[in-house]
Amino acid sequence: MRIDIRKTYKLYIGGAFPRSESGRTYEVTDAKSNFIANPAQASRKDLRDAVTAARGALGGWSGATAFNRSQILYRIAEMMEARSEEFVEEIALLEGISRVAAKKQVDQAIDAWVWYSGWCDKISTVAGSTNPISGPFYNFTVPESVGVVGIFPAQKSSLLGLVQAIAPVVAGGNTAVVVASQKFPLCAITLSEALATSDLPGGVVNILTGITSELAPWMGAHMDVDAIDATGLSKELDKEVRISGADNLKRIHKFSSSDTPQRMLAFMEYKTVWHPIGI
Amino acid sequence: MTFEYSPAPESTAIVDISAQYGLFINGKFVAAKGSKTFNTINPATEKVLSKIAYAQASDVDKAVVAARSAYTKVWSKMAPQERGKYLFRIARIMQERAREFAVLETMDNGKPIRETRDIDVPLAAAHFFYHAGWADKLKYAGAGDNPRPHGVVGQIIPWNFPLLMLAWKVAPALATGNTVVLKPAETTPLTALLFAEVCQQAGLPTGVVNIVTGDGATGSALVNHPDIDKIAFTGSTGVGKGIARAIAGTGKSATLELGGKGANIVFDDSPIDQTVEGIVSGIFFNQGHVCCAGSRLLVQENVHDELIEKLKRRISQIRVGDPLDKNTDLGAINSAAQLARIKEISSSGDAEGAHRWSPECTLPEKGFWYPPTIFTGVTQANRIAQEEIFGPVLSVLTFRTPQEAIDKANNTPYGLSAGVWTEKGSRILWAAKQLKAGVIWANTFNKFDPASPFGGYKESGWGREGGRHGLAAYLKGGEK
Amino acid sequence: MQLVEGTDSSIRRFLKQLPGVDQVGAESRAAMLGTRSIKTASKKWAIDCAISMIDLTTLEGSDTDGKVKALCTKAVHPDPTDPTVPSVGAICVYNDKVATARKHLDAIGGQSIPVAAVSTAFPSGRASLEVKKQDTLDALNSGATEIDMVIDRGAFLSGDLVKVFTEIVYIKELCGDRAHLKVILETGELVTLDNVRKASHLAMAAGADFIKTSTGKISPAATAPVVLVMLEAVRDWYEMTGIRIGVKPAGGIRTTKDAIKQLVLVRETAGEEWLTPKLFRIGASALLNDLLMQRMKLRNGNYAGPNYVTLD
Repeated sequence: MRIDIRKTYKLYIGGAFPRSESGRTYEVTDAKSNFIANPAQASRKDLRDAVTAARGALGGWSGATAFNRSQILYRIAEMMEARSEEFVEEIALLEGISRVAAKKQVDQAIDAWVWYSGWCDKISTVAGSTNPISGPFYNFTVPESVGVVGIFPAQKSSLLGLVQAIAPVVAGGNTAVVVASQKFPLCAITLSEALATSDLPGGVVNILTGITSELAPWMGAHMDVDAIDATGLSKELDKEVRISGADNLKRIHKFSSSDTPQRMLAFMEYKTVWHPIGI
Repeated sequence: MTFEYSPAPESTAIVDISAQYGLFINGKFVAAKGSKTFNTINPATEKVLSKIAYAQASDVDKAVVAARSAYTKVWSKMAPQERGKYLFRIARIMQERAREFAVLETMDNGKPIRETRDIDVPLAAAHFFYHAGWADKLKYAGAGDNPRPHGVVGQIIPWNFPLLMLAWKVAPALATGNTVVLKPAETTPLTALLFAEVCQQAGLPTGVVNIVTGDGATGSALVNHPDIDKIAFTGSTGVGKGIARAIAGTGKSATLELGGKGANIVFDDSPIDQTVEGIVSGIFFNQGHVCCAGSRLLVQENVHDELIEKLKRRISQIRVGDPLDKNTDLGAINSAAQLARIKEISSSGDAEGAHRWSPECTLPEKGFWYPPTIFTGVTQANRIAQEEIFGPVLSVLTFRTPQEAIDKANNTPYGLSAGVWTEKGSRILWAAKQLKAGVIWANTFNKFDPASPFGGYKESGWGREGGRHGLAAYLKGGEK
Repeated sequence: MQLVEGTDSSIRRFLKQLPGVDQVGAESRAAMLGTRSIKTASKKWAIDCAISMIDLTTLEGSDTDGKVKALCTKAVHPDPTDPTVPSVGAICVYNDKVATARKHLDAIGGQSIPVAAVSTAFPSGRASLEVKKQDTLDALNSGATEIDMVIDRGAFLSGDLVKVFTEIVYIKELCGDRAHLKVILETGELVTLDNVRKASHLAMAAGADFIKTSTGKISPAATAPVVLVMLEAVRDWYEMTGIRIGVKPAGGIRTTKDAIKQLVLVRETAGEEWLTPKLFRIGASALLNDLLMQRMKLRNGNYAGPNYVTLD
């Protein structure tokens, strides 16, 4: 009989897979409380490092052409498709749902990447405008990325909620620091393995596993985080993050619906340009 | 020895051209009903590349029937996102087989490998990629609140950008849910037939794309077929007008991308070295076989001499010759007929008193060639200032004031493109506002992108291709 | 030929009439020229041409006589196994190593190879004019026949064009007939291509024999668009004055491919007249070995490895 090789679940920061600097891990169990894995329990310093990595990657990612971003998001879908089986396994195990239901979640998650891939080079066509102001000026408005976005994806969904939160953020040219679902973190790390092999520059998406209530306040108070997707935060944590986030007026949003261009636009700023018209 | 570039030919081993091609109908290559065929040749060598099936009206009818059946049974019922996935697949396969397409296009068309490799083929793939993303986002396209496909679209494309024009036509048609019968140009069918193979590799449902090869009569059969819902045509203004008349009263809609006589306006404060580059790419890109070419150079008189001197020096650097050589800038003229047209109109320039200049260059003995040519001292009254030459021939005119430049630029039945060169931003926007043309390039020229709409005012055509606005042409929104 | 007097208004007027450079257009032209495919006989020619244009350079705090002598030996016979390899264009060192270099070159048959000295408080240029002059004199007195001076970028950026201009004039005066003057613009600090064009003309008007992109201490250095604009500048200067000024890209040119791209830029921008070490040099060190390895490949058909060229 062959003993199988288990995967070590680590963090994903700046394109690398470090353990937590704190040396901590926490136990993840299946639906029946059987031991499954010991993923890293990220600390505030890991979060700080992840924000630094995200900030460092922002210039390149937001400056890349929309077409280029679109190609890379599609490549993520390609890389995920090849790992479908692994995702299904992890979802079924942790969430305690059937493989058929898990497969559906995986398919939807992959399709979400494809959907947002298409949005990269269309969002400004749809949401931008030229403005007929009164005067000899050319005036237009374009949406641009807001910056570094902290993401707390839905807690109850291993993969779909995660992708539905990350994809619109990076499609819009932002970089992200993700704190994975506390109970269902395995797919997030497997996703990062797909991201790492998909031409996505290191640092564009950084994924932490750990205790949400420990990391959320640090994210909320971090002055170099520009916005937060608070979908996966409890009511109390949401309020706490909104209060500390007010220090640098973070854009903080919570989403109930799934894929909409509004999820992208929530993390974009509108820029309006004036220019005279004359001989 | 001096630094002469040794020959650097791209290998043709990557392409596999069949001796004979049938029509692509309902997912398969099939023989045409008649036994008639026509040759497609390499215009740089005059060697026959392949024998192509000639589609007559009954073949066109078979293709339309296949397209209609695919439309009703499969394509219109498919979830938009899944439709999009086929387009993504096609884009990826085109990227994978990009070099093969580039070499084949260069052999069949005569354009330099540098252009097919760096422009035509990547842009064609990008068009599919871009439109793939639209398939499930049509409600955001601004084409009414209930955007629906027309049904079966007949598409007729020209020989100047065979694969790229195919992509411009097929990608939006498929993304919006239409099925297609496409007729490539008589002299350049090969990349379309290779594209048929891509459709097979992508597993595209049969009948969604059908390709019929032939000449003007084949195109006419397509236009006049009663079960075609919409025509998309790129080609000459003359044929475009014919199509407009033919479909009158039939309820068919049409988009037309026709001729142009683009004005490239140079003000005296332009960034001169880049202006010279832009003039060169404006008229010599693709041997000038470009409907939006900057074929009329309008120069502010006070910088005319300096600009022309710099332009001549730059044109002397243009490398004319073997299109498969990676260092060739100007390739072969696509056909003997086109070469004759270029020669005929150009000679009217001589006769009407304009001054012809070409750099010293040795043209190959076999094949169809025309040297890069500029005419100075041209006036609006000259034929070479009015008629589309569709070759590497630039007419240079002068102006004194910005308004005069605009007036001259607009003084044409065409309205496809225009260029403006100045370091002054407000003047760019002023000129753009005055110019009656569908595409205005400022401090650049001949730039294309799937996200950018393209098309002309006046006799340069109907509708736009590319971008959100190009989708409208393939959707019934408000209009019945 | 004096085009410009050394007054502020005269310099400003002169630079103001220069046409602008559109960055996107210049970059796309440079990128297009980067796609030129140089094969077989033309590649062989280009490799030898590039070798003969190298200013073989060491500019480190850790430079010693031993290091400089080794470099000189390499300069004379870049490939000891192949006498058909040409010598390089020059040796480029700090001024305190000029005498060592000159003496060693003379001793090993490299009399024809000039020694260039970086000067005027290289690389920053942050010193008084007196120090810069003394720096240059030191180099000249030690036997340098080429002076690579830096312009005062701070002065240029703050608009003190007279200072930039007059420093060049002074150093040119010191060089006289004894040395060629290369003026380093440090384009990585000038940033815009408009500045590159202006600084190029300013340097030529002040008497530069060569304009040089960079010190090699700042990145980006000799990018293709920068070299394109400088080549356009010397071409335009020749049309105005009938005098051909040289161009020296330095920094970041490490591979044969990079070097050949530079030669293509020269050929298709300034013209073939510039394809001589008298008018085009490449400041480099690692480049030489890559050129030698490519040369071996052309000679015997196999790819070479770094153990088959000498380390210095």
